[in-house]
Amino acid sequence: MNHPLLSLLGPDGQLDAATAAPTPADGLALYRDMVMARRIDTEAIALQRQGELGLWPSMLGQEAAQVGAGHALRPRDVVFPTYREHGMAWCRGVDPVNLLGLFRGTTMGGWNPRDNNFNLYTLVIGAQTLHAVGYAMGIVRDGDVGTGDPERDRAVLVFLGDGALSEGESNEAFVWAAAQNLPVVFFVQNNQWAISAPYSVQSRVPVAQRAQGFGFEGVRVDGNDVVAVRQVTEQALASAREGNGPTLIEAFTYRRNPHTTSDDDGRYRPVTENEEWEARDPLARMRTYLAGAGVLDEAAEAALAADEQALAERLRSGCRALPVPTASSPFENTLADMPDELARQMHEHLEFVAAGEEQDR
Amino acid sequence: MSTPAVPTPPAQADEPVAGPVRLPIAHALNRGLRDALAGDDRVMLIGEDIGRLGGVFRVTDGLQKDFGDLRVVDSPLGEAGIVGSAIGLAMAGYRPVCEIQFDGFVFPAMNQIITQLAKYRHRSEGAVSLPVVIRIPVGGGIGAIEHHSESPEAYFAHTAGLRVVSPSNAHEAYHLLRESIASDDPVIFLEPKRSYWLKGDVDTTVAAPAFDRAQVVHPGDDVTIVAYGALVPAALKAAQQYAEEGVGVEVIDLRSLSPIDDATILESVRRTGRLVVAHEASRTAGLGAEVAARVQDEAFYSLEAPVLRVTGYDTPYPASRLEEDWLPGVDRIVDAVDRSLEH
Repeated sequence: MNHPLLSLLGPDGQLDAATAAPTPADGLALYRDMVMARRIDTEAIALQRQGELGLWPSMLGQEAAQVGAGHALRPRDVVFPTYREHGMAWCRGVDPVNLLGLFRGTTMGGWNPRDNNFNLYTLVIGAQTLHAVGYAMGIVRDGDVGTGDPERDRAVLVFLGDGALSEGESNEAFVWAAAQNLPVVFFVQNNQWAISAPYSVQSRVPVAQRAQGFGFEGVRVDGNDVVAVRQVTEQALASAREGNGPTLIEAFTYRRNPHTTSDDDGRYRPVTENEEWEARDPLARMRTYLAGAGVLDEAAEAALAADEQALAERLRSGCRALPVPTASSPFENTLADMPDELARQMHEHLEFVAAGEEQDR
Repeated sequence: MSTPAVPTPPAQADEPVAGPVRLPIAHALNRGLRDALAGDDRVMLIGEDIGRLGGVFRVTDGLQKDFGDLRVVDSPLGEAGIVGSAIGLAMAGYRPVCEIQFDGFVFPAMNQIITQLAKYRHRSEGAVSLPVVIRIPVGGGIGAIEHHSESPEAYFAHTAGLRVVSPSNAHEAYHLLRESIASDDPVIFLEPKRSYWLKGDVDTTVAAPAFDRAQVVHPGDDVTIVAYGALVPAALKAAQQYAEEGVGVEVIDLRSLSPIDDATILESVRRTGRLVVAHEASRTAGLGAEVAARVQDEAFYSLEAPVLRVTGYDTPYPASRLEEDWLPGVDRIVDAVDRSLEH
């Protein structure tokens, strides 16, 4: 089975001749979200360097994959991310300051997953794929699939990486989704590196081809092409909402930064690789296209730069202002009803903390 | 995976609902599931072979027929998938009750249980609770092959964010299960499989004590035995033997293995001054150690004798031809009580 790479907006900024041009507003919105996503990433890296964050997993180079997918969603669709979907979170309307809490050590989550239908980051690779499957089972039982009512039908979009394809749980998720024909789209950002392991360590089968053995379609798209990513994701989500079951999307891209700010990718890959992928930058090609189409004029550029600057300032001040949780919060949030023993432990701990504060005065 | 190792008479769907009725534990559980399904549309059952077959122990017998295959789901074979999808269902507003076929098969689901299920409420800062119940037949004594006689409770009790309960009789089985399903917290529900066909009076209209409380099931003032699950009947037998000799043995059915109801145990031990804790699970870092630690912490000066443990040994569960002697039972409990009383 052949899985051609769908690419509509090439690295040179030329849009495929047979593809309808995005409206100016639409094109600008796609570009703006990629710019803002990149700025979140850049600022977060800077905050980590300044000691404000313990760690940051950069998404540099994956903006089109996430923003393209983000623009394919309807509000009632539900997203299950890994820990690198900062651009996706932005598209869902999650306050980007809240993305920093997990990495600053002020929370293990950071937002209410129900507010934006965007679940919490999942650090255990592949674990969220099964939650997506279960959520999709709930959608089926709610009758919110295949009604033809765009206000009602919904689907689940779950992110995973090329490394996660080796986890048993991801493979169980594929089995369940296929056997039950669930409204779920598996969005694999194949950024080619699972920390230091290239895809050849994970599998001898191309990513998109993996779906076939489970009984559903796999499609392969240029993950740095926001137009193509949105198109295939829209199609997959529409198919899921209609009741046609799962799709696997392979967004072929590249993680241009190390795995996290703690990683040293110089130990496992050549810098020339990064240079090749910089030439395929998702933002640059969109910018070239929009400028060529006369959409991105000076005024639009200036407005965007101002938005970016405001976001950066908000991230910097917001990060430092993230509230440190109370010493009682882990106890309060462990179970819905706090058991007596836990209440005793909390009391003991709060006394200890209070005594320390007394001493520090 | 395996065929049942004990005979499995069919559940009767037409037994009366109100008033005490004599049922084996398996049927009391079936009744509990049936009433929970009937009472709340968001309750779902999910597990291997639970639908058409009714589960290898027939605990879910007839439920798929009556509630449909969207609510009683024959799952693909995969325990991580059962628990992981139950987490997703709970996020979507459902109250899934999982069945893990045998104790030894829960381990593929441990990642989902420990890293996801137990932690999600904390991660979401209290915003999202996951009302998932995981039913697991546990324990030995049925002549089974490998991985069918495990006692994994300490792994769960050691994990913050889970509740762990285990019934010892049919009435308790019904009510503990109903309460577990009604709870907003994740509950590991351990069913002592060799007791599945132990009959008892079940009154669905008379509530049992709260599911996080221990219960004195035999009063006595000379020595306390704390047990749970399949060892409660053994402890009761021992207590009855001592009663004939004029020795008062108090038996506490722990019921909730996490959290542990210290108050009930401490009240008893302060009176008796002697404590024996019995469980099938291996000794080291088991529930017995936890109970002993709490009692010495809170009731040290009431103790007349060291706290003794009657447990399985720190070996893998043995081949079934050895299990009768390996498993703690009435004789070893009596021996421990004698040793306690000799102090």
